[in-house]
Amino acid sequence: MARRARDDDGRRDLVVVGNGMAGARTVEEILERGGAERFRITMFGEEPYGNYNRIMLSNVLAGLESEEAIFLNSMAWYRENAITLHAGVRVGRIDRHARTVRATDGSRTPYDALVIATGSSAFVPDIPGMRTVGRGFHQGVFRFRTLDDTRAMIRYARTHKRAVVIGGGLLGLEAARGLQTHGVDVTVVHGPGHLMNQQLDAAGGYVLRRGVETLGIAVVTSARTVGVLGDTEITGVQLADGRVLPCDMVVVAAGIRANSSVAATSGFLVERGIVVDDQMRALDDQGTPDPAVFAVGECVQHRDQVYGLVAPLWEQARVLADVLTGADPSAQYHGSRTATKLKVAGIDVASMGVTAPERPDDDHIIVSEPRRGLYKSVVVRDDRLIGATLVGDLEKVAPLIQAFDLGSPLPEDRIALLFDLGTAPAAVGVAELPDETTVCNCNGVSKGTIAACVRGGVASVSGVMDATRAGKGCGSCKSLVAQVVEWAADGDLEVDESASWYVPGVPYAKAELVALVRERDLRSVSAVFAELAPEGVEDARSKMGLTSLLRTIWGADVVDERDGRFINDRVHANIQRDGTFSVVPQMKGGVTSADQLRRIADVADKHRIPMIKLTGGQRIDLLGIRKEDLPTVWADLDMPSGYAYGKSFRTVKTCVGSDFCRFGLGDSTALGIALETRYQGLESPAKLKLAVTGCPRNCAEAYVKDLGVVAVDGGRWEIYVGGAAGAHIRKGDLLTTVDTPEEVVTLTGRFIQYYRETANWLERTYAWVPRLGIEHVRAVVVDDAEGIAATLDAAVEASVDAYRDPWKERDDPAEPGQFRTALPLTVLPQVPVR
Amino acid sequence: MSAVELDAAHVLGALSEIPAGEGRAYAVAGRQVAVFRLRDGSVRALDAVCPHRGGPLADGQTDADVVICPLHAHVFDLSTGACRSGQSDVASYAVRVEDGQVVVVLPGTSGSAGRTG
Repeated sequence: MARRARDDDGRRDLVVVGNGMAGARTVEEILERGGAERFRITMFGEEPYGNYNRIMLSNVLAGLESEEAIFLNSMAWYRENAITLHAGVRVGRIDRHARTVRATDGSRTPYDALVIATGSSAFVPDIPGMRTVGRGFHQGVFRFRTLDDTRAMIRYARTHKRAVVIGGGLLGLEAARGLQTHGVDVTVVHGPGHLMNQQLDAAGGYVLRRGVETLGIAVVTSARTVGVLGDTEITGVQLADGRVLPCDMVVVAAGIRANSSVAATSGFLVERGIVVDDQMRALDDQGTPDPAVFAVGECVQHRDQVYGLVAPLWEQARVLADVLTGADPSAQYHGSRTATKLKVAGIDVASMGVTAPERPDDDHIIVSEPRRGLYKSVVVRDDRLIGATLVGDLEKVAPLIQAFDLGSPLPEDRIALLFDLGTAPAAVGVAELPDETTVCNCNGVSKGTIAACVRGGVASVSGVMDATRAGKGCGSCKSLVAQVVEWAADGDLEVDESASWYVPGVPYAKAELVALVRERDLRSVSAVFAELAPEGVEDARSKMGLTSLLRTIWGADVVDERDGRFINDRVHANIQRDGTFSVVPQMKGGVTSADQLRRIADVADKHRIPMIKLTGGQRIDLLGIRKEDLPTVWADLDMPSGYAYGKSFRTVKTCVGSDFCRFGLGDSTALGIALETRYQGLESPAKLKLAVTGCPRNCAEAYVKDLGVVAVDGGRWEIYVGGAAGAHIRKGDLLTTVDTPEEVVTLTGRFIQYYRETANWLERTYAWVPRLGIEHVRAVVVDDAEGIAATLDAAVEASVDAYRDPWKERDDPAEPGQFRTALPLTVLPQVPVR
Repeated sequence: MSAVELDAAHVLGALSEIPAGEGRAYAVAGRQVAVFRLRDGSVRALDAVCPHRGGPLADGQTDADVVICPLHAHVFDLSTGACRSGQSDVASYAVRVEDGQVVVVLPGTSGSAGRTG
């Protein structure tokens, strides 16, 4: 093929072999430096796609991410940047002297500059039975490297139930976790003595192993696989010690190897990777840098290092782009200090530098708590951090990475800083906050105000909260308030016994209180005060919590004292800043009808509703309604209460599910309506917001609800609990995965009832679930480890049966003046002067 | 605004209009007064409007000593009107029950509106 004239438009030919993350990133860096004016760019990619984020393949496998979502550069990007992309075309040879590349489709492409970015591929040990003669891999054997690998695995997992994953490194564990989401029973077989031996020492590996096993993944270490058994279908794998692990699919994740064969056969120096100099120039087999050929990414060996992580690759791409475009002709790459922060099968792992001391004078500090799933280790040399390993808790990772990257000297009391040992580091933290820092954002209380309150003689956390109202808004800052109080009191803090009480005015924790209420048959708030409060004194702050608890215990058989209720629960509406109320009618699962909408519109006209607002829970909120108008508004609406005011079961958000959505895997709408119909209005220690979503795209935000249900492939449903997306953001923990909507309904009820019976007043599930531990909650709710499932089911059933739409009180007010105005409104009942 | 308004007693209505442990609001002589019927049967009267953000105190929760404003949980002493959570105090009024009727005594407009503390 004739070489294109170099001077036709003054630009030179840049050819990039490899369209993975390194190749595409290098091109992006080149374009950013004005490279389009210097180069006509041609790219070769072996995979028939644009460029995708390989790291995200584990999310695709786990169904957390769609294929489209992981693409970094679509085909359009190549067009827009005038890049000629040969997708699905492999380059077979580089002719250094003619400066052309030859592809396996027979084409030849000339280059003035060439970038080799061929990446790496899965290393597959030669195990008998894994390959079929003449046909490559056995149909049940998979690698986990490309989008096609991932698709094939997902397809096969649909009809197969037991997998062995060979390799217990990052990729192997991700594959195991991903397969598990498809209902496959997974065993990880790992040659070395502990998991992730590249990044973790033995103790850290053990902690990780416990975490992985808790997820239901079996782990076999120090185990060499010597054979794959079975002919057309796989029946198991054979280990060197003679054991046979039965399975019907095998995933090989035994590491990666640089793709360097093209470079090797074309006369470049290849050891473990393509050897490059500090300007990313490939060396020829004489060790001389080729002025026109560069290499970048996982296929590269630089100063004896081959990197398998993304951060070094970005650094290499920047240096290469600087050199190629002339933006900085003297740019050099000096290697990367690799600090990695990963989520391995849902478990946080961070690792940097060495995993163990290397010299006698290296300090090595280890905190190992396998039962809590925590492991932290740091290696310090000459006051510099040279290595750190964290499993289970990455709270300290940011300062560690910073210290590691910068090689900055560690402070004298570094151990306390790194590990929160002995003295509470939080106290150090709050001590450093300026006085004007706002601690409670709801009520605008500063650190200085809290400190002044303590100095003024208030010596308990609850006392300070009462006096300043810090922590009395949304409550999310309570722990910070406590820290500031502790700091300000400097050890002179009164022991705050009341902190463990269910409500401040009755000196018992919830479990004791429940037992006493049952034992003494206390059915009203005033009876509880009379029997259990010090000197029988009632306490306004305690009434709401007691009212809720008594309703949970006694259901319909409670003695209803209306003064025990907060105003919202007296009038079944949410009080607003001007003393008016909001009305949110029930709209199960967020599904409405033309008739409902018409009625709502009529009500809004008739009562001149000042604001109509869609809520986050997929309902319609009518705001600015006067208390005295509530009964007529309800009557005109003729819809049940949506409970948008109580500490109770609020709403079930849903997506459109399988009826209309082309991605829907399950009928989320019907399930959401079923849940709301059954559990509507249940009182609980704090509000409960639920969601059901029809696929892992999660349009209904089920991962961040008190209880969220996600339809997954195969007609199954995942149940997440303890999520939050309000003042706190927390992804829920996976409680379990079940096969039928009926099981979802049952487990939801059991979960709610267990929460009602054990959570503290106003303790949301996002605090309660981590306090008990998801394992414990799962043991009680799913596995019935305490044998109370039937009791919980019966109790929630009784509460469900006791449900009555509170808006019916419009016809039969519960007490005199229930809906009388309380100010400060304009029209008031006028009375004569005597 | 004449001097005859000094310490005038006003009948607000039947005590039975106020459920035990709750409050009700009344407009009387240009003021807004919240009357609370405690669980021990006694009554208290305060200004009906919270000085913080105008919350309706009559909608608050009570015990023998205090009422808690429903909007931002400020706490007021039912006998004196003193705020226990850092806001201004509210006025308190003498109040009694006569023949099942709630009677409140308002100070004259020439006085200091009965503010305490």
